[in-house]
Amino acid sequence: MGVKLLLEKAHVEGIRTYEVYRREGGYRAVEKALKTMGPDAVVEEVKKSGLRGRGGAGFPAGMKWSFIAKPEGVPRHLVCNADESEPGTFKDRYLMEFLPHLLIEGLIVSSFALGSNATYIYIRGEYAWIPDILEQAIAEAKANGWLGKNILGTGFDLEIYVQRGAGAYICGEETALIESLEGKRGNPRIKPPFPAIKGVWERPTVVNNVETLAAVVPIINMGGDEYAKIGVGKSTGTKLISACGNINKPGVYEIDMTISVEEFIYSDEYCGGIANGKRLKACIPGGSSVPILPANLLLKTAKGETRYMNYESLSDGGFATGSMMGSGGFIVLDEDQSVVRNTYTLARFYRHESCGQCSPCREGTGWMEKLLKRLLEGKGKITDIDLLWDIQRKIEGNTICPLGDAAAWPIAAAIRHFRDEFEWYVTNPEESQRRNYGLAHYADPREVVA
Amino acid sequence: MSDQPQLFKVTIDNITIEVAPGTSILEAARKIGGDVAPPAMCFYSKLKGSGGKCRTCLVEVSKGSEKDPRPMPKLVASCRTTVMDGMEVKNITSERVVDARAGVVEFLLLNHPLDCPVCDQAGECHLQDLSYDHGKAGTRYEFQRRTFKKHDLGEYIQLHMTRCILCYRCVFTAEQLTDKRSHGVLDRGDHAEIATYIEKSLDNDFIGNVIDVCPVGALTDKTFRFKNRVWFLKPVDAHCSCSKCSGKVTLWYRGDEVFRVTARKDQWGEVEDWICNECRFEKKKTSDWTIEGPRVIDRASVISQGHYVGVQKPKETFEAVLDGRKPRLFMDIHSVSGVNRPDINLSLIEGPAHSDDFDRVTKKD
Ligand SMILES: Cc1cc2nc3c(=O)[nH]c(=O)nc-3n(C[C@H](O)[C@H](O)[C@H](O)COP(=O)(O)O)c2cc1C
Ligand code: SF4
Ligand code: SF4
Ligand code: SF4
Ligand code: FES
Repeated sequence: MGVKLLLEKAHVEGIRTYEVYRREGGYRAVEKALKTMGPDAVVEEVKKSGLRGRGGAGFPAGMKWSFIAKPEGVPRHLVCNADESEPGTFKDRYLMEFLPHLLIEGLIVSSFALGSNATYIYIRGEYAWIPDILEQAIAEAKANGWLGKNILGTGFDLEIYVQRGAGAYICGEETALIESLEGKRGNPRIKPPFPAIKGVWERPTVVNNVETLAAVVPIINMGGDEYAKIGVGKSTGTKLISACGNINKPGVYEIDMTISVEEFIYSDEYCGGIANGKRLKACIPGGSSVPILPANLLLKTAKGETRYMNYESLSDGGFATGSMMGSGGFIVLDEDQSVVRNTYTLARFYRHESCGQCSPCREGTGWMEKLLKRLLEGKGKITDIDLLWDIQRKIEGNTICPLGDAAAWPIAAAIRHFRDEFEWYVTNPEESQRRNYGLAHYADPREVVA
Repeated sequence: MSDQPQLFKVTIDNITIEVAPGTSILEAARKIGGDVAPPAMCFYSKLKGSGGKCRTCLVEVSKGSEKDPRPMPKLVASCRTTVMDGMEVKNITSERVVDARAGVVEFLLLNHPLDCPVCDQAGECHLQDLSYDHGKAGTRYEFQRRTFKKHDLGEYIQLHMTRCILCYRCVFTAEQLTDKRSHGVLDRGDHAEIATYIEKSLDNDFIGNVIDVCPVGALTDKTFRFKNRVWFLKPVDAHCSCSKCSGKVTLWYRGDEVFRVTARKDQWGEVEDWICNECRFEKKKTSDWTIEGPRVIDRASVISQGHYVGVQKPKETFEAVLDGRKPRLFMDIHSVSGVNRPDINLSLIEGPAHSDDFDRVTKKD
């Protein structure tokens, strides 16, 4: 069994309630931080821990915190990004649903560190039942003196508010989230200025992912140095992975980042192998935006080394032969799945979710979707594949926010690694409509693990 | 410390200029002028918050600043990136920029009807100019284009969303010039549209300015639509004393008749002074105005044919800047149509201009 820091208590009966959470050692981190440490000391611990943002980009959290501007007399804010709308990613939902007090505790400590007296949880609209759970937890915390005025007699005031989104993936992008939080249309802002200087209502703001903020609790409890000993290199601590697709045991797993991809997929402790006795064909290891990898490059790097479930190893080889840790949405495709269909599905998503502000993303995502649809229906041309490549190339890097890149990368990677499958749809239009391609040479060459 | 404000040195396409801190790359490039200035379809210097959206003004920053000379990894929107001291920028001297810009133009035209012959904006359309300068002939798009119904936004303004490039300029205009904005962008992605939500007329004394800021033929003047082609009209500066606005306008004449009134636009196509609806839509008689003289229009579009008087050429030529290479982009607009003739000065033709006038001059040669 790997180390569990976040989900350790997830199955304790009644852990959602304040009494049980407190009995199990909850809110110790708040006591420790507020009573024995100053805000700067908390930031220092988080820096030492090496914690990287769990929302996708993996930016060191402590460093982000130290960037926040502190102009005299201007309030600062912490915003918890609970918009979680990336296909394949559902780890934050699990955390909020089963351990709401863990998040609230993390928010109190983090708000204290950043000097935020009003902290917001911006939650995805489709998570319709979760705001109630969070608000219940907030009310309980408040009733027990962990929120409100003069917390623990330290003079620190804090209120936490839950704001529901209206169902837009783009509102997970931090500046679009801020716009939406302010009651405006969720268009990403043009940076600079960055939120750390001008965020919500032009005030210095830090936006962090749910999991990032929850991880602050074990960091304070055990100390940053101890936390940094878990994992390897710059992948410290534990990471939640939401695994889905053609595996025996889909679900949310907490891993320490030393296990191999192979172990994660095949061991019974995690995904339990590929479902229905099939073989592994491909995998999107970090949420729908990151490059898809064929089985051979997923389990081993291009250099033939074992690939591990951590930031460095998953991105080994760059985009040519690697992928990214991303948000930890682990999507597995077995040998019967069509990469062309999968790519089309993703293209449809990004087209639908583009905010439409900048022309490459607005127009390019629609164009790519139409081309992929045509290919999928067996009506494509062989030149469509190069055209797709050219379109994604012209979107990537030329847009306001990273959604443009997120729309381009999956298509680029699918063509890079599975070009012959796209060609097969063109050259065998009739057969392609009857069956999925799934050529065996992409699949994991090992015997099926019983 | 001297009281002289410190100036930043910035080099764009090998030409160096000094500008005040806080200046954007685009504004610095405009100071140099000519083709060093990147095309801008959404930025509007008079509208706060505009820019950053269309991505036509992308440039390469090959040196960040004197202090931190690292190049910027991505192309940046020059309209929203401020200069640093010692910054070096490549616009048309960068292959990456030329390539990306051609891509942006292709994206902008992807769903665009391009039916300029029946479009009221033709001749003064920035998208037309952009496609001539930076686009490719032909399209790789083989799908049906997106279309919308036309909408009347009240008495004076018509919205034809099909031609809109979502530059947001009209939204900023309404936001910043009128007390209550009642139109905006609905929906998102390639199905986003400019709309009033519940069909509503836009009425505010200054709402007519959205017509002038719109770079394309999406917002047009209903009192002028299809009455005439802009290149047959003679622009004349005039003023009146108006209680609501500056009263400084351009009248567009054909013969003795004022066909339309617009705000005066500078060489980048930007309005110099906002004008009110009354001046724009109601005062269409010469007697309403004090005439100042012919308006000089020196943009590269067809509208300027015949109005090349007093054009200033940039000091340095591109061939010199590009080490003798010719810029790849420029298509001579005047070769496209028989009526686009820089050698014909419309102001010298008596009465209304007709296509014959152009023929006559040609034949005389
Ligand atoms: C289109 C788009 C969607 C995003 N959605 C989310 C999201 O749902 N949740 C999240 O935590 N971060 C999301 N992000 C990343 C955020 O912009 C931001 O980087 C993150 O919240 C920072 O938190 P972290 O440093 O704790 O990872 C998204 C980014 C983009 C470009
Ligand atoms: S990249 Fe896409 S989602 Fe992001 S600002 Fe541009 S249009 Fe909007
Ligand atoms: S808006 Fe411009 S490019 Fe479009 S049809 Fe009209 S004139 Fe042509
Ligand atoms: S209607 Fe015109 S001004 Fe308004 S967003 Fe569209 S193109 Fe821009
Ligand atoms: S003018 Fe700069 S992005 Fe449009």
